[in-house]
Order: sequence, then structure tokens, then C-alpha cells
Amino acid sequence: MKGSKLLGALGGLAAAAASSSAHALAWYFQSPGSQLARDIDHLHQYVMWLIIVIFVGVFGFMFYACFAHRKSKGHAAEQFHENTAVEILWTVIPAIILVIIAWPVTKVVIAQKDTSSPDLTIKVTGYQWKWGYDYVRGEGEGISFVSMLATPREQIEGRQPKGENYLLEVDNELVVPIGKKIRVITTAADVIHSWWVPAFGAKQDAIPGFLRDLWFKPEVLGTFRSQCVELCGKEHGFMPIVVRVVSQEDYAKWVAQQQQQTAAQADDPNKKWEPKDLIARGEKVYGTICVACHQAQGQGTPAMKAPALAGDKFVTGPKNGPIDTVLNGRPGTAMQAFGKQLSDTEIAAVLTYVRNSWGNKAPEVQPAEVQARHKQ
Amino acid sequence: MSAIVDSHGHAHDHGHGHDHHDHHGGYGGIMRWVTTTNHKDIGTMYLWFAGLMFFIGGMMAIVIRLELFQPGLQFVNPDFYNQLVTSHGLIMIFGAIMPAFVGFANWQIPMMIGAPDMAFARLNNWSFWLLPFAATLLVMAYFMPGGAPGTGWTLYSPLTVQQGIGMDFTIFAVHILGMSSILGSINIITTILNMRAPGMTMMRLPLFVWTWLITAYLLVAAMPVLAGAVTMTLTDRHFGTTFFNAAGGGDPVLYQHIFWFFGHPEVYIIALPAFGVVSQVIPAFSRKPLFGYASMVYATSAIAILSFIVWAHHMYTVGMPVTGQLFFMYATTLIAVPTGVKVFNWVATMWKGSLSFETPMLFALGFLFLFTLGGFTGLVLSLVPIDIQLHDTYYVVAHFHYVMVAGAMFSAFAGIYFWLPKWTGKMYNETLGQWHFWLTLIFFNMIFFVQHFLGMAGMPRRIPDYPLMFQTWNEVSSLGAFGFALAQLIFLYNLFTTLKSGQPALQKQWEGADSIDWTHLPTPAPYHTFETPPVLK
Repeated sequence: MKGSKLLGALGGLAAAAASSSAHALAWYFQSPGSQLARDIDHLHQYVMWLIIVIFVGVFGFMFYACFAHRKSKGHAAEQFHENTAVEILWTVIPAIILVIIAWPVTKVVIAQKDTSSPDLTIKVTGYQWKWGYDYVRGEGEGISFVSMLATPREQIEGRQPKGENYLLEVDNELVVPIGKKIRVITTAADVIHSWWVPAFGAKQDAIPGFLRDLWFKPEVLGTFRSQCVELCGKEHGFMPIVVRVVSQEDYAKWVAQQQQQTAAQADDPNKKWEPKDLIARGEKVYGTICVACHQAQGQGTPAMKAPALAGDKFVTGPKNGPIDTVLNGRPGTAMQAFGKQLSDTEIAAVLTYVRNSWGNKAPEVQPAEVQARHKQ
Repeated sequence: MSAIVDSHGHAHDHGHGHDHHDHHGGYGGIMRWVTTTNHKDIGTMYLWFAGLMFFIGGMMAIVIRLELFQPGLQFVNPDFYNQLVTSHGLIMIFGAIMPAFVGFANWQIPMMIGAPDMAFARLNNWSFWLLPFAATLLVMAYFMPGGAPGTGWTLYSPLTVQQGIGMDFTIFAVHILGMSSILGSINIITTILNMRAPGMTMMRLPLFVWTWLITAYLLVAAMPVLAGAVTMTLTDRHFGTTFFNAAGGGDPVLYQHIFWFFGHPEVYIIALPAFGVVSQVIPAFSRKPLFGYASMVYATSAIAILSFIVWAHHMYTVGMPVTGQLFFMYATTLIAVPTGVKVFNWVATMWKGSLSFETPMLFALGFLFLFTLGGFTGLVLSLVPIDIQLHDTYYVVAHFHYVMVAGAMFSAFAGIYFWLPKWTGKMYNETLGQWHFWLTLIFFNMIFFVQHFLGMAGMPRRIPDYPLMFQTWNEVSSLGAFGFALAQLIFLYNLFTTLKSGQPALQKQWEGADSIDWTHLPTPAPYHTFETPPVLK
């Protein structure tokens, strides 16, 4: 969009002069990484040119009148107040312009909705506040992981300098091969989220209880970053989306590596753990998963209906209650059914940690005990 | 011209429950305002209420912009941030803009159609006095456990189910606001249809009255739908229904369909009276009749009807079938035709007029210029593929603030400066008015024009913290917001000094104003006007 680029550049110069920010000014669409994004960019430029022409035309008349037909210049008012021919003309011409716009747009809409015959199908699940990725069909089938914000809390709260990809970095990136048609099926576990990668022109709400889909075909190698775009509660601003596009060979390597890792990492639920090891492991799980609502000192967030865990009788009471809560969640709150996301060992670890922190004292929970409840 | 003015002493017996015996009804002091049935008193209360809410909602916006001045979390936590975003929207829409225009309607409609008062004077009192209760509920939500809802003003399910008791306060507030709007609308419709002076035919009504008539119908049709949506949310929260919960056979997207079936007409509920004000102001300062009066009426009606079949353009990303997306896209772009007619008519009204640029005209022209810009970004957003890219980003925030602030609010300021002399008999300070306009114009664009860039570059809306590449424009936007707030203090100062010690205004303060409130009534307009219908040629 040359016109708006110029406009933006002018404004940008003024602002950049005043600003201490060293970052490049972002003010237009990210450079397209797929045909769809390129089509959207072209449509936008096309429409913007039409708009600029109309805008200049209409307000040219207005400003000319402001200049030439002013009382202070002694201009006497004429008293005409209708002209049927002109009025019909300026009703019909805009309607024709709309048809001219509608034609190319319709073609892109139809292309955008065509999710048929994909090479790779990935299910994306929105959770408060992270993304779950499951490769459901195609190369890499069976790979499954959760992707969470990797920016440390210290950067957000200003106790550390902010890194280059502040708020746009995750622990596990979504990896896809270049040049393949990728179909993304979206859903959510709790509230509505929205999955978006601007460089691919791909955005789709993730709706709890329903499946929706979108597609994209990446054409550029690299890492593409974005964020959840539907308000989904407290940490809405902190659940980024990062997609890494790799070559076909690298993708094959990545798939093999993932599958090995999954096998290696599988904990043996029958292993008997020392309480201190469980607590150490549990602290990590708590720090990534639970802390957003239940807080660092276990004091909870009443606004989220997330109760305080410190000093709570239910938490330190009979083991089955807390185990079931973590496994199955609490409907109507942000407490999810973590049985689908965490291993039995991780659940045992985090429960042991919670039952033995902030003044709480209770016997540890062993993975086998979680597994027993899980099977019911 | 001014021979037919109101006279208190005349005996007449029209049966519309209207006090004659006393200038200010039966009470003095605060009870005058509590018990008043006078359209001017009630209009005044609506306007003060709107002003107060504009201040409260504005303070919330300032805290939001303060937090967004720099990346990172500095002033508020994310939870409270979401609450501010929600309340700012609800308070500005339901507390500030809508009551402001109802205030104009109360003052102006009877005076413009030659009626003595509104048709249901006591109902009018009740319509207003519902509002403070609703506003109290909205604000009280902050002091409940869990605070106010943090869902955004759209109150999307199922996020609403997770909220604390503040959500229920908000739901009841919306119920009361809706009730107030419906009662007010019934009153306005009845007044316009039944109480016009002899000779004031429908096609002679000032355009402000026409736009309000159409708006009132929109309100009566749309507000019950909103009440239904929030009631379903209430029963989903507390009584085990699952309208919006897939686990019980419901659908979260159903909420959005219902909400936007209300929500899109709501946009025009706000915009149409703004069009009305501008359609009074521009001819007055062009000293030339409104161009295309009949086509203005038809265009307004067309916009109102179209507004009921475009709602899902707010929902392109929920995943509709391709035919659904195409239908809503075509229907939405159609709105550009009648809206274009209105803009062309306003420009043609100015063409070959004799223009002068007092504050009301400046605000009307600011409206025309910036609202059209907001209309153009609306056209961009109506196109599905582009909207997919821009939906839920700051581009949308910029777009609707061009429509709501540069549209409705500029028009409201135009109306206040235009009619204040008639209402109070005192003239505001023109120099301060012009300062207010220019600073508001500059700072408004500083806040919102750059937000188009943020949205295109990918900044989602409703986030308390953002990646570093968005920093510069957020700084510009925040500085603009602080300047904007300070500029409004000029208005407050001007308003209070005018009320206290303004110069006397003329009966026909504006040379080109030709509606009967200017031509047939003295300045200030007496407490009771048109007890005898004016004689119109």
C-alpha cells in the first residue's frame, strides 16, 4: 500500500524522533508467508486505493467549499436543496463500485474456506492460557505437546530487561514443513480463544465443544509469531503462538526426534518416588501450570474462583479429593481436567508439592495412586 | 416570527397530565429534580448524567492508556485491566453516549415539533431515574469479591460463567438500562407521531427528529434482544441451563449471534441521532437548506433496516459456512450506499453556501471528516479476507473509536455548543470553544490514527502488555490520550463559566438556524413552551 506506507512513514518519522525505542516501527501487515496472506495484502491495497480516490474527491469538494464559499469572503448562499439526477447518480455509482470490490474479494473468501485435501492435519486446543497441539493426520501423526509462554515473569514485571521476542516466545514451537497444505482444526477446553498467524492470513476462533478449521500453506522458512486474539481471561495477553516453518528434511528429523523423546520421557507410573523428589518436580509443574491462578504463595485469585491452596483443608485432606479435582477439573471455572494434559507422575508431584508448601503438611501422593483414580 | 411564544397564564385543557400552576412544578431544591415531569429538566439531567459517566469512563481509559504506555506491567494487574476494558465500554456506550442523545431528544423534540412536553411526562421521569441505579450497579461490581466482569463489553459466553458476582450486577444493570431505553423510546415515538403542531407534517420535521424517530424504533426492537442474551447468561451461571455450553447441548456462538443481533443496530442507535444533530448544524452554518431532505430520510431508514441483517460481520472468525460469510459481507457493504448518500448530502449542503465556522460547525465538520474515515475502515473490515486478518486487533479498536468518539462524541459536542445558548440564554466563550475543538481533533487522531498501524502490524486488542515492536505507537497513543483528557477540561471550564456568567444569547443566535425552536421561541427557552400550538404556514 504505497499511499498508506507514505502516510505511515511520515508519522513514523515524527514519532521515532520523539521515541527512545530502538525497535523498528511496525505499522503495516507482516510480510506474507503464504499465498493467502499475499492475496489479503493485495486486496487491502486495492481497496485502499479506491478509498483514497473517493476520500480525496469528496473532501476535495468539502475543503473547496470551506475555502471558497465562506461568509467572511462575502459568498452569498444559494438556496438549491435537491437535484434528482445528481442524487440518483451518487446512489448508483457507489453501488457499482461495491460490485467491483466484491468480485475479487469473493474469490479469496472461497479459497480461504477450502480446507479440503490437506497434507498435514493439526488439532489446536486453546486452554487458559496455553495452546495444545496434536498432530492428528499426516507425517508426525501422534505427536502431541503443550505450548506455553517462555518469557520469564521477571521481564514482564520489569525486574529484568526485556528480550527481543518478549511475549512472543514459547517453550514448544509448532513445527510444520514448508510447501505443504496444513489444515488446523481448532477447539478449546474452557472459554473461546482465537488462533492467529498473520503471516499466513490464518485466524480462527477456538470454541469449546466445537471443531472449526482453517488452512495455510507456508512458503517461507522461518519462525512466525503471534498471540491469542480473543479475550480469554486474565492471562489472555500471555499465550503466544509460534510457528516454525522448516524444510521437508528438517521436518522429518524433527518428527523422529519428537517420537524418541516422547518414548524416553514417559515416566513409569509404578516407580515409588521419594517425597523430596516429588516436591522438586512438583514445584516446576506448579510454576508453569498452576501459578497463574493459584499464585506463587498459594493464595489463590478470588476473581477467577481459584481458591487459596495454602492452609486449605481439602488440599491437605484425604488424597482422592485433590487427585480427582486435578484429573477432572471443576466445570464452570478455569480449573481444567489436567488428566488429559499432565502425566500421572506430574500430577502426583504437583499435588505433593501443594500439600507440603506454604505451611501445608500432608503425606505425599505417589504416581500409582493417581493412576488408580485415573483408570476409574 | 416570535409572536407565538409560550404564555403561562392561558387556560387550556389538553389532557396530558402536565403541571400548569407553578413555574417549576410543586417542589424546590433536590425534590424538583426527583419529581420533575418537565422535558427540559429531564433533558438536563440526562445530559449531566452523561457528562458524569463520560468523566468516569474517561478516567478508566486513562488508566488503560497509562498501563499501555510502556511494555510490561506497571500500574494494574491483568485481571483489573480486563475489568477496566469492560467497564469503559459499557459506561461509555450505555452511560455516556446514549443518555447524551436522549438528553438532546428530551430538550429538542418538543421544541422542534411544537409540542408542550413529551407525551408521557411521568414515564419520562422514570426513564431517567432508572439510570443512576444502573450506573451504581455497574460501579458497585468493582467492590464485590472477584471485582467487575473482565469479559469485555460484549460479555461473551462462556467467559461470563467464570466471573464473580460482579457479573450478576452487570447483568442487572444492563436489564435496567434496557428498560430505561425502551420506556424512553416509546415516549419519543408517541410524542413525534401524536404531538406535532398543526402543519408540522412528517416531511417537515427537522431531520434531528426524524433520526430520533427511527432510532427509537431500533431501540424498541434491539434492547429486548440484549436483555434476552444477558438473561440466558444469568441462568447459565446460576440455574443450570446450558444455552451457551456445548456440554449440555448449547453453543457459545449462539450468544454471539444474539448479542450482535442487538449489537449492530446499537451502532446505529448511537450513530443516527449523531447524524441528526449534524444535519441541523451544517445547514445552519451554511445558511442554506439541507440538501436532499427526502433522500436523507430514506437513507436513514435504509440504514436502520439494513442494520438488522448484517450482525454476523462481527463474527467472521467464529467459522461460518462460506455462503454465510458472503451474505453478511454483501449486506454489510450495502450500508455504504445510504451512508454515502448522507455524506454527499452534507457536502452538497455546504456547496455554494455562505459558510462560517463557529464551534458547533467545527465539531460538525470534524464529525463529517473523521466519521467518514471510520466508515471507510468499516468498509475495509466488512471484506471477509481482510477482516480475518484484522479482527480482534487494534485496527478494530481504531475503527470503532472513529465511529463512536469522532462520530457520536463530536456530534454531541456540536449539539451542546449549538443549543446551549437556546437552553440557557447564555453564550459560551467562542475562543475557548475553538481551542477545545482543535485540541480534541489533534489529540483524538494522535490516540486513534496510530492504532490502525498497531492493528495491521498484529497487536491484539484487550491485552495489558505487548511485544516490543508495538512500543512506539502505543507511546504516541497514550500521550494523545493524556492530551485529549486535558482538552476536555477546557470544555468543562467553558461550560461552567458560561452557566455562571455567560453573555446573553440572542433569540436566533445562529443566523442560519431555521427550526421553530429558534424562530418561534424566546431565548432562553421558557420552562413551558408551546402550551398553545404554534401556527405554521
